Amino acid sequence: MRFLSKLLVAVLLLVGAAITLPGGSAGSVLGGSTAWAADEGAGRTPVPHPAHGKGDHCVMPTEFMRRNHMLMMYAHRQDVLVEGIRTTKFNISGCVNCHAVKGEDGQPVSFDDPKHFCRTCHTYAAVQIDCFECHNSKPQASDKSAAKSDDLGADGADAAKMAAFLRETKK
Amino acid sequence: MSSCSGGDEKAGMDRRGLLQSAGAFAATILAPGVTLYAFGGGEAEAFQARPPEEPASSRQRWGLLIDLNKCSTGCNACVTACKDYNGWQDTGRADIDPQWIRKVTLKDPQTGVERSAPVMCQHCASPPCVDVCPTGASMKRADGIVLVNKHVCIGCRYCMMACPYKARSFIHEDESDQKVNNPSGKGTVEGCTLCVDRIDAGQRPACVEACAKEGGALIFGDLKDPQSEISQALRKLPSKKLRADLGVDPGVQYANLT
Amino acid sequence: MAQIKFQQLTSASPTFWMLVLAHVVIVAAGLSAALYMETNGHHVTGMTNQIVWGTPHVFAVFLIVSASGALNVASVSSVFSRLAYKPFARLSGILAISLLAGGLAVLVLDLGRPDRLLVAMTTYNFRSIFAWNIYLYTGFMAIVLAYLFSMMDRRVSKMTAVNKTLGWTAFSWRLILTTGTGSIFGFLVARDAVYGGVMAPLFIASSLVYGLAFTVLVLLMMSIETHETLCTREMISKFRGLLIIFSLTVLFLTAILHVSKIYAAPTRAVEAFILRDGGVYPLLFWGGQVFLGNILPLLMLGYMPRAHSKRNTLGLASILFLVGGLAQMYVVILGTQAFPLNIFPGYEVSSTFGDGAFNPYSPSLPEILLGLSGISIAMLIATAAFRLLPFLPHGVPVDAHGVAQEPEEEVAEAGAAA
Repeated sequence: MRFLSKLLVAVLLLVGAAITLPGGSAGSVLGGSTAWAADEGAGRTPVPHPAHGKGDHCVMPTEFMRRNHMLMMYAHRQDVLVEGIRTTKFNISGCVNCHAVKGEDGQPVSFDDPKHFCRTCHTYAAVQIDCFECHNSKPQASDKSAAKSDDLGADGADAAKMAAFLRETKK
Repeated sequence: MSSCSGGDEKAGMDRRGLLQSAGAFAATILAPGVTLYAFGGGEAEAFQARPPEEPASSRQRWGLLIDLNKCSTGCNACVTACKDYNGWQDTGRADIDPQWIRKVTLKDPQTGVERSAPVMCQHCASPPCVDVCPTGASMKRADGIVLVNKHVCIGCRYCMMACPYKARSFIHEDESDQKVNNPSGKGTVEGCTLCVDRIDAGQRPACVEACAKEGGALIFGDLKDPQSEISQALRKLPSKKLRADLGVDPGVQYANLT
Repeated sequence: MAQIKFQQLTSASPTFWMLVLAHVVIVAAGLSAALYMETNGHHVTGMTNQIVWGTPHVFAVFLIVSASGALNVASVSSVFSRLAYKPFARLSGILAISLLAGGLAVLVLDLGRPDRLLVAMTTYNFRSIFAWNIYLYTGFMAIVLAYLFSMMDRRVSKMTAVNKTLGWTAFSWRLILTTGTGSIFGFLVARDAVYGGVMAPLFIASSLVYGLAFTVLVLLMMSIETHETLCTREMISKFRGLLIIFSLTVLFLTAILHVSKIYAAPTRAVEAFILRDGGVYPLLFWGGQVFLGNILPLLMLGYMPRAHSKRNTLGLASILFLVGGLAQMYVVILGTQAFPLNIFPGYEVSSTFGDGAFNPYSPSLPEILLGLSGISIAMLIATAAFRLLPFLPHGVPVDAHGVAQEPEEEVAEAGAAA
């Protein structure tokens, strides 16, 4: 019996760890945006103020981007790399180009700098990303794939496609 | 392509094929002119690219034909062009430098005659690297291009053990200022992509463009299109696949390798 | 047959804690080495683009192969119904799990992106033998845990059918697992040195030797800690017999591997490299694997002296088997990569990427530390298990001179019962 109870404790511990570990990190990601809104009202926590991008608006509405940019990027990377679909609207280089933040020397900063657009929020939300271990975090002059300002608008067809995609991923 | 029976889809295919072969034909004629633009910014399309929203399809299989008679021992243009275009970085230590393409010097032990052959990823139809990869990061695109999906590469290097051509490199150090077209970082494996971004934009791989200015030993094209330059050349030149005995069916073939 | 009694490890001797401390230090060093390798990149190791698997893989594969072999004693007791082995079945099971955990830890920590372990566990390519192995390894742990439960739970252990079924499952699983591990190398069509079906049986035979050697050494160690002779004279002679048979099998399969490759013209060059011209590889093959790792321990076991020094001889032979095993893995993994790939048959080739050249490799300190820490991780897990639950059998008490108080009759009786 003693053995059984010890085994039970061990199994419980393992199950507990398995539930809390992924659950905990998922919770911090999901909770990020709500906590942010609440804190901004209370004014207690320093809230990140990511720099505005160029142009009037992002490739999708800002609220949508805040919540879903990771899913969009995930879907887009599968499209480009695996399928060979070469639409440029959701390219990561587009994000980098449009949201470039200039440092003290007047040059765009890299992800090493805390002022980098992606870093401001990701440091705040404690969500580690490894995009820029491979992708260049600074805009490149030679980049042809960056979204052009005239097709930045979130037109109806794109929004519908995105909504369909999100319904699919949430299943 | 000659029998044009069946529905609209078939007809569409044939039209595409026609357009491509026309493009390839134009490329053959215009090749010297096209290369003038190479690396000078706005490059002309060498062949008809598919629309950006259309996925790569198995109607094509991209390949290379390397004519060793035109490849000189001293020339390193393809290697330099690849390095420049894809930005594989010099680490200062030759044994850990990534190398997507290399010139191999071949010496016939009997006659002492030396020749030179560029070796890169052979873009096999049955790639051993894709078979062994535990996560599926090593993958073959529908049009036959073998790639590494670095998003899911865990850096186990089993593909490097399995590749018969030593075509893959492991990134041993942190990288910075990567090219937009070739994201590359520490701890993952990479190799020749056949300049997949250029192909999708209707341009030939960087090595082929560079070689056209030198000896013109590299011919690029669609192996499934009988009218393409590469298919026509393959019919004329006696060519070989490296380690054909392994049956991996490379998309890269070597002419005049005796 | 009388009820077998088991015990937990309660020793608190300075030697015991010193050993634990030593293992903790090695594990800490290994983890630091892994962190160092991950933050700096693999350029701080001896591994290159030509030698892509190095010392960590030698240790990892060695431990994984040993793990499946360590289950041997349990299999002999429940699958082949040899009662004499039953007291050691629990120890054999937990040792198998520990060794596997140690080996996998090293393998994972050497990845280029160990942070993506979750990717490795959620994204599968089912054509990859590596991916199969992920299932084989995790499945092995689960099955052996269930097997241990069936042996150790008072009620379940009385259900012979359950025990037997789990015993058979674990036994078949371990054979498949080692086949999978051997095939990681055997399936490499382009690597002349290892390509072929014989790698799987060779790895199974090797696993029997390494696993049993680990079991014997742990038993001898624990005999010191418990002040009891856990390895009775009867078991010493049984283990000796098994080790001799297994070692001879390894030698036989090794000979087949090499002779068949020498016989075929295309693989003659790589054999000349590994067996004669390759510098460190022939040295490790003949001196390490063949002589130190098989011939010498075989001679020692074959002409074992009388009386209680038998125990020391068995221990020493086991150590030699393990040293030989490491040498064998080094030759298999590194010798294979050191020999250049034959891309242009019939030509003398050279390039800036090591074509046609023998690829140099020298292990770096971080790699060695990481590899060694695998063994220490395994030993620490096993020790913790020994202290928590009754895995160890009760043996015969030792007198003040360290001689076991073993009545001859009992040995004979137990032997007859088996």
